[in-house]
Amino acid sequence: MTVFDVAPTVAHIEPSAPPKPPHKPLLQLFFGDLIASVLTVSTGFLLILMIPALNWAVLDAVWATDDPSTCRDGGACWAFIAAKFRFIIFGVYPPDEQWRPLLVMGLILAMILASLSPRLWGQRLIAAWIACVAAMLTLMWGGVLGMAPVPTSSWGGLPVTLLLALLSLGLGFPFAVFLALGRRSSLPIPRMLSLMTIELVRGLPLVGLLFVASILLPLLLPAGWSIDKLGRTLAALTVFAAAYLAEVIRGGLQGVPAGQIEAAKALGIPGWKAVWHIVLPQALQKVIPPLTNTAIVMVKNTSLVLIVGVFDMLSAARVAATDPVWSAPYVESYVFVALIYFLICFGISNYSRWLEIRVQSRSYR
Amino acid sequence: MISAVLDNRRFRSWGGQILLLGGFAALLLWLVMNTVTNLDARGIRVGFDFLWRQANFPISESVLPYNPSDSFLWAYVTGVGNTLAISVLAIFLSTALGLLVGLARRSKHPLSSGVAGVFVTTMRNMPLIVHLLFWYAVATTALPAPREAYNPLPGVFLSLRGFYIPAVELDVTSWVMVGLVIAVTWGVWRLRHHLMGTGRWHDRHPVLALSGLTATVALGAVLLLQPSAVVSSPEMRGFNFTGGLRLSPEFAALMLGLVIYTSAFIGEIIRGGIDAVSIGQWEAGRAIGLSERHTLTKIIIPQALRIIIPPMTSQYLSTVKNTTLALAVGYPELGLVVGTVINQTGQAIESIGLLLGIFLTISIAVSLFMNWYNAHVALVEAR
Repeated sequence: MTVFDVAPTVAHIEPSAPPKPPHKPLLQLFFGDLIASVLTVSTGFLLILMIPALNWAVLDAVWATDDPSTCRDGGACWAFIAAKFRFIIFGVYPPDEQWRPLLVMGLILAMILASLSPRLWGQRLIAAWIACVAAMLTLMWGGVLGMAPVPTSSWGGLPVTLLLALLSLGLGFPFAVFLALGRRSSLPIPRMLSLMTIELVRGLPLVGLLFVASILLPLLLPAGWSIDKLGRTLAALTVFAAAYLAEVIRGGLQGVPAGQIEAAKALGIPGWKAVWHIVLPQALQKVIPPLTNTAIVMVKNTSLVLIVGVFDMLSAARVAATDPVWSAPYVESYVFVALIYFLICFGISNYSRWLEIRVQSRSYR
Repeated sequence: MISAVLDNRRFRSWGGQILLLGGFAALLLWLVMNTVTNLDARGIRVGFDFLWRQANFPISESVLPYNPSDSFLWAYVTGVGNTLAISVLAIFLSTALGLLVGLARRSKHPLSSGVAGVFVTTMRNMPLIVHLLFWYAVATTALPAPREAYNPLPGVFLSLRGFYIPAVELDVTSWVMVGLVIAVTWGVWRLRHHLMGTGRWHDRHPVLALSGLTATVALGAVLLLQPSAVVSSPEMRGFNFTGGLRLSPEFAALMLGLVIYTSAFIGEIIRGGIDAVSIGQWEAGRAIGLSERHTLTKIIIPQALRIIIPPMTSQYLSTVKNTTLALAVGYPELGLVVGTVINQTGQAIESIGLLLGIFLTISIAVSLFMNWYNAHVALVEAR
């Protein structure tokens, strides 16, 4: 028997799926060897440590009551959340006018749902977003169409969180595009200016930028120009978002092959037009999944405005818990707020994963 | 003629750039002029001479010695000291926890990987400041008074007044000896590394002899000098605990929140780095007869490190920047000190300038260090 007897048959073997790993019995999976046993015991121990928390949150909890004093002992006081729900969501917005922020949140939700599918992306959608943001701000401010004017100092809660995230990303994006193009430019002065701006902002904590915006900005602008606290905070968040978005977009620009711009030159398309119509669209398509990560970061970062005294959802929850009638239910308030942030961020990250698979399967040019 | 000049490519590019630079300079000048006018109108004098005045405000806890009669400058230094201390501690602890989380997520054990997965998903999707406020609320409202302190492990007491843990109290001799032991261990390890590099490791007798000698000397020193190392456990005396180490609720909340939040990110970075090394590397290691441990330490980890280090750098940097959120729970790091100084003196420009300058310096220093380390790892790989 020689190798030659075997060789021809080898060529005819069809590739088959790799064999499935044998199904391990549960006992072996959990206590098969030393490492598995150690893992089982230590994870089990961790889970047992969670039992008091579970007791507090579920078994001993007060779910519904009209009498705050029943919440004094033992478990979590979820009844408090039910009682203060409206305050945490809308803050100090005048109660009779709260249909307006509710409508704003409805608009945001509708627009986000409408923008989910990449098939609808285009200039019309951008125009619709701009119109909607204008409508939202009008609704919040009032003063027209018989709506009572509400100053920004009375805005609060979830609409402020959502608007800050949305506006900082939206306003930061055009700046980010210019910063990213500047950083990739062959001209020294735009490159240096962009590099300096991006690295300066990224080297600083957001708290520092918020300090600058809330304390220094009134000094930096002429005496007559007064921007209210919400506007100044938005300015800081916008600058922050622009620097981080710029780095993401730069990644996309680097991913566009040099042949694209050379082809444009060969066709006689002038430089800026080539960048605007050929390079930039391809770069942006590449970075859509990482851009959603920046969106998550910005949603979480809006909570920092609490430090400079803007009344977002987190501040509203904190203020709600100071009500002396209830027994200081801070933990419950923060758990509730954390849950809302979790739903938003988890939603975005799952969307991003879906988008990534879709981008891969459709293979954009 | 004029149009010929305007159409000239080089003229247009330089003209545009000079215009841009001029615009930028004009904007800066405009901001500075506004500031000067505003400061004049409000009668604020800019300058750093306030730094030498007496601070007159307390800092609740600090790594460096501080009391209210010290200068503003020393208050800032104390703030920087606290910021650096919590940064280093948080980075160290969250790297350790993150390593556990990352490895647990990769393990084939369904319970461990499941728990680690839930941990990462929930912790990453909540803002850090909510984490901090949550733990602060737990530490200040949910825990019992010192008398009925929660006692989860022997010697550990959790109460509204803070967390009490056992502390090891070393005298000067012990500190010197601990330092020497670390130095000698490091030296022997470096020597071993060096000998391995030059291929003379097989001649391992000198190293063994050296280790033995060091151990004998150390034992002799312990017997002769009798250093004292006392473990002091917290005990209930009157209304509060004495002995042990007290962690304030602010510090405990800050560390818990920061470490849990950061470790979720670090866990993902480590998992991603190990996953990114192709499975063929494991198989190749096995094929040439390396043990599982050597495959991991000599083949997989060096390659994974190169992937892990850049994202880890930015994670460490953001952890340092995130420590500024401590002012939400009232831990006196640099941000809180700056806020207090602005309230006391009104010297906002100088104080915020110092804050930004110090953070830029820290950011640059961390990047430089991590770049150096990155180059070091890459070099090991190229050999």
